[in-house]
Amino acid sequence: MKIDLENLTIKKAHEAMKNGGFSARELAQAYLNNIDKDLNAFIVVFDDVLEQADEADKRFKDGTAELLTGIPIAVKNNILIKGKKTTAGSKILENYKATYDATVIKRLKEKGVVFIGGTNLDEFAMGSSTENSAFGVTKNPHDKTRVPGGSSGGSAVAVASNYALVALGSETGGSIRQPASFCGVVGLKSTYGAVSRYGAAALGSSLDQISPLGKNIEDVEIVFDCIKGEDKMDSTSIPDKIYKEAEKDVNENKKIIGIPRHFLKEGIDKEVLENFENSVNKFKELGYKIKEIELPNIEYSLAIYYILMPSEASTNLARYDGMRFGFLKEGENLLGDYMKTKGEGFGKEVRRRIILGTYVLSAGYYDAYYNKAQVLRKMIRKEILKAFENVDAIITPTTPTPAFKIGERTKNPVQMYLADIFTVPANITNIPAISIPSGFVNMDGKELPLGLQIMTPHMQEKLLFKISREVLS
Amino acid sequence: MEIKDIENLAKLSRIELSDDEKKELLGEMDSILGFVEQIQKVETGENVSEAGDLVNVMRSDEDTHESGVFTDDILAEVPKVENGFVKVKKIL
Repeated sequence: MKIDLENLTIKKAHEAMKNGGFSARELAQAYLNNIDKDLNAFIVVFDDVLEQADEADKRFKDGTAELLTGIPIAVKNNILIKGKKTTAGSKILENYKATYDATVIKRLKEKGVVFIGGTNLDEFAMGSSTENSAFGVTKNPHDKTRVPGGSSGGSAVAVASNYALVALGSETGGSIRQPASFCGVVGLKSTYGAVSRYGAAALGSSLDQISPLGKNIEDVEIVFDCIKGEDKMDSTSIPDKIYKEAEKDVNENKKIIGIPRHFLKEGIDKEVLENFENSVNKFKELGYKIKEIELPNIEYSLAIYYILMPSEASTNLARYDGMRFGFLKEGENLLGDYMKTKGEGFGKEVRRRIILGTYVLSAGYYDAYYNKAQVLRKMIRKEILKAFENVDAIITPTTPTPAFKIGERTKNPVQMYLADIFTVPANITNIPAISIPSGFVNMDGKELPLGLQIMTPHMQEKLLFKISREVLS
Repeated sequence: MEIKDIENLAKLSRIELSDDEKKELLGEMDSILGFVEQIQKVETGENVSEAGDLVNVMRSDEDTHESGVFTDDILAEVPKVENGFVKVKKIL
């Protein structure tokens, strides 16, 4: 029997498994058979996928199956699944087997999902192209000479190419939305604190968030509803009662869209702007009101991000010391152990960001960089909140260009960083944002996907999903 | 920035770098710092703390697990172990 993976949704798969259309085992096998190793979407495909599916089938037989039971999920390989190889894309964790489940994994396991494997990523989620992985580059399924975006490139490819029905990724500055845009899938970045990060390899702790990628809004919403919620293991997770209170304010009739046009002038492809105007027209046809908004300091978001994120990363990554877990390269003495372990265990971009973070945090420069960036971050947050007094959502293209060529930007870090120019503001202001497919552009004879980004106020994912569903309909 | 600054930062970060990489990093740091430098143009004023009421976010110890249940799993990931201890080189 052939399962139509291309048009499958969580609800359709659930109905089929419930009514005997196919079993969880057949579904898992169909996805496994589909994996094209050449794209390098996975660092590890788990060896117990079919056993997990058998467990799901048992739940369908004994009547304890839920909506997510038996649903095949790919997981970015920086999220811990107990007993499974979790590398974070780094040589320093090449042989590391997770000793506990991340909270999101625990919640998904309770539902009986089937974990297909750990997906490729830029080392420690540092990158915008998945070229920084110690396990090789992942290729874009729409054009194999191009990057899939990053850092959750493997997860985006796994969804786009039907290697799993949905996937988990992580975001610090656009690491889900940008690859979702490059690969033509839906990618969410939830409100900071919506989803527990317990068990995810930390990058920038004031920014990090785990969220789902999927082919449609409904699937992304189902996974988000499962993994979100307060967690005593992550002190930054938002208490459920605060979230519920905020969700009460969501008025279903919100119809005003804001566009910061002054932010869409430089360094953006003509084709991307044209595609964006098509989306704007779609909103108008749907009865939305379009309003131009000013966010005076938003253009500094990326610069702020490249001060705060390396600062936090240089602190977070100090834990990889070759003593307690992970790779160890011995030196002559204790200091030598540290120097060699980190020197050889970390890849180039990681070394670069740790050095940069160490510099901007050093005594003489702390005020000029870190403190200044913190103040500006607060200013931009206020500006965005003020804008939301007059509009219900803000839209921009997800990225200034479609997927770029493999190797095109690796020699120029700043050029690479610019791929996140439109996604970073949601991270530094902690609001939720989503990238949804908005059509294709033809480049060198290949159809490359583009994405539309929608942002809403804190804790208003429901509004985000509602607007997204209308635009995609 | 000069090469000796890169060397100093590498030492502070506990990262061994080759001479070639130091040179490469020097150029990259200049270009990245040149980019982030733009924030100096903005008048921002002082950093004012906006923390709300202070609450203890640390977990209390009441849910402690049975002693030893995680020990084997955790020690299995330690590069060097001796008699159930993590082994490191001499500190003093």
